[in-house]
Amino acid sequence: MALRVQFENNNDIGCFARLTNAYCLVAVGGSEAFYSAFEAELADHIPVIHASVAGCRIIGRLCVGNKNGLLLPNTTNDQELMHIRNSLPDSVVVQRVEERLSALGNCIACNDYAALVHTDLDRETEEIVADTLQVETFRQTLAGEALVGSYCYFTNQGGILHPMCRMEDLDELSGLLQVPLVAGTLNRGSEVIGSGIVANDWVGFCGFVTTATELSVVESILKLRAWQGDEALGSGDALKTSLIDALA
Amino acid sequence: MEMESRLDQRQETVTILCCLCGAPITSNPSNMCVHCLRAQVDLSQGIPKQCALVYCKFCGRYLLPPKTWLVADLESKELMAICLKRLKRLSKLHLVDASFVWTEPHARRIRLRLTVQQEVFNRTVLQQSFVVEFVVELQQCFDCQREAAKIEAWEAVVQLRQRVDHKRTLFYLEQLILKHNAHEDVLGIRQQRDGLDFYFIHRSHALKFLSFLNSVACVRQRNSNHLVSHDPNNNLYRYKYTFSAEIAPLCREDLVFLPPRVAAQLGGLSCLVLVQRITNWILLLDPRTGLEQSVDAGTYWRLGLSRFA
Repeated sequence: MALRVQFENNNDIGCFARLTNAYCLVAVGGSEAFYSAFEAELADHIPVIHASVAGCRIIGRLCVGNKNGLLLPNTTNDQELMHIRNSLPDSVVVQRVEERLSALGNCIACNDYAALVHTDLDRETEEIVADTLQVETFRQTLAGEALVGSYCYFTNQGGILHPMCRMEDLDELSGLLQVPLVAGTLNRGSEVIGSGIVANDWVGFCGFVTTATELSVVESILKLRAWQGDEALGSGDALKTSLIDALA
Repeated sequence: MEMESRLDQRQETVTILCCLCGAPITSNPSNMCVHCLRAQVDLSQGIPKQCALVYCKFCGRYLLPPKTWLVADLESKELMAICLKRLKRLSKLHLVDASFVWTEPHARRIRLRLTVQQEVFNRTVLQQSFVVEFVVELQQCFDCQREAAKIEAWEAVVQLRQRVDHKRTLFYLEQLILKHNAHEDVLGIRQQRDGLDFYFIHRSHALKFLSFLNSVACVRQRNSNHLVSHDPNNNLYRYKYTFSAEIAPLCREDLVFLPPRVAAQLGGLSCLVLVQRITNWILLLDPRTGLEQSVDAGTYWRLGLSRFA
């Protein structure tokens, strides 16, 4: 299911958290309400860790990772790197990347098998991404935007893209990533998807002002309702027919 | 009210769901369908939908506040200009179109359909059209009031006098008044033995005329008023005001006798001087020394110089 949360009254929660199937990184907030929301859902299954990168709280936009690894920008302190490496399970490889485009969360979007990278990313960084995260990388732009990490979000079940994408791009990407994709908005009509949602294969979190329509789109494409069984999806059929051929 | 939203016209863009109601729409900068946008935003919010327009049926003119009266036909562009000026907050919006909606002339209503555009929610440009109704109120404009009023309806009178035999100064004043249009508020003019009486409807008009006279001639002013009626319950008093303006009886090329004390006060002039020029200052010329001295109205009347022709 998808939950609505806020980070210190801010709805751009994708900036302050990074959620994967193996771990969850949460920024240090003034009150622990944000952290508690994640802890309540996930603590039984995966480690939920407080983290900061380069002293900043916008870890969601600075780092990127999946169940195989985590990439941090070169501005990360040694203490922060140590802390994250100690807190994460041993199966997760933590790597610091020397890259001019240091907001890795904005430049790279990935799930456990594939990744979309910024078109101007260095060749070496792309190789590091492919090795550390064990993914296949694709250089793409989305609706004319190069910051793929900001304008799309996808997990192993499905993904959401910038609302101004063209039909051909949607189909092409869906074929590349091998997941169903849909164009949509979050946080009450905002097209910056990457800041509106953090999700993994079984749970998702959205900004507080996300409308019910947006939430239902998210839940259906990321299959966050799948635990209810297929009957529930039957009620979403009316929804599906209005999502025009975006499911590959 | 109708509304359209200017969308990106690319045909290949995918269909998303309106973030509020879930209706399938093409993406636009606010990502809401037109109906939701209309529910959220009302561009005509600050603009009054009913407004008053003042019309004088005697001369067929509309009032443009505060004081201008303009002739305009029904459904003409002058009338549209007047109507749009009455809507003050319209200047904040971008007006795309304005047109008249036909109304029955006897209904005394003028309807204007306005179409405005404004940017809302990031980069969405919203266009909305609405109708504003102007109620035409009848009021007699001041010029018609003046024409209709008989001279007995005056509230203030300026009695202009010059106690001399010739009428040179008065003729000159007449030309000046015509040239500067100082007589525009006058209700009527009556000729008296030594000058003219100017009648006005309002005291302020009389004062304006008086200040004009003070600026062109050497006048001495005396005011008086008398009570016409009073309403003891509301403490309202109605007066009639009389301003008596006497012009200095001097004229050009007059010979003036100055008492020795006065001559000394005026800067050592001799006792007999010539008047060289009269405006609102009197220019005196000493024939013996060729000295010129100006005397203003206040000094003249205070010293009480007499004429020696």
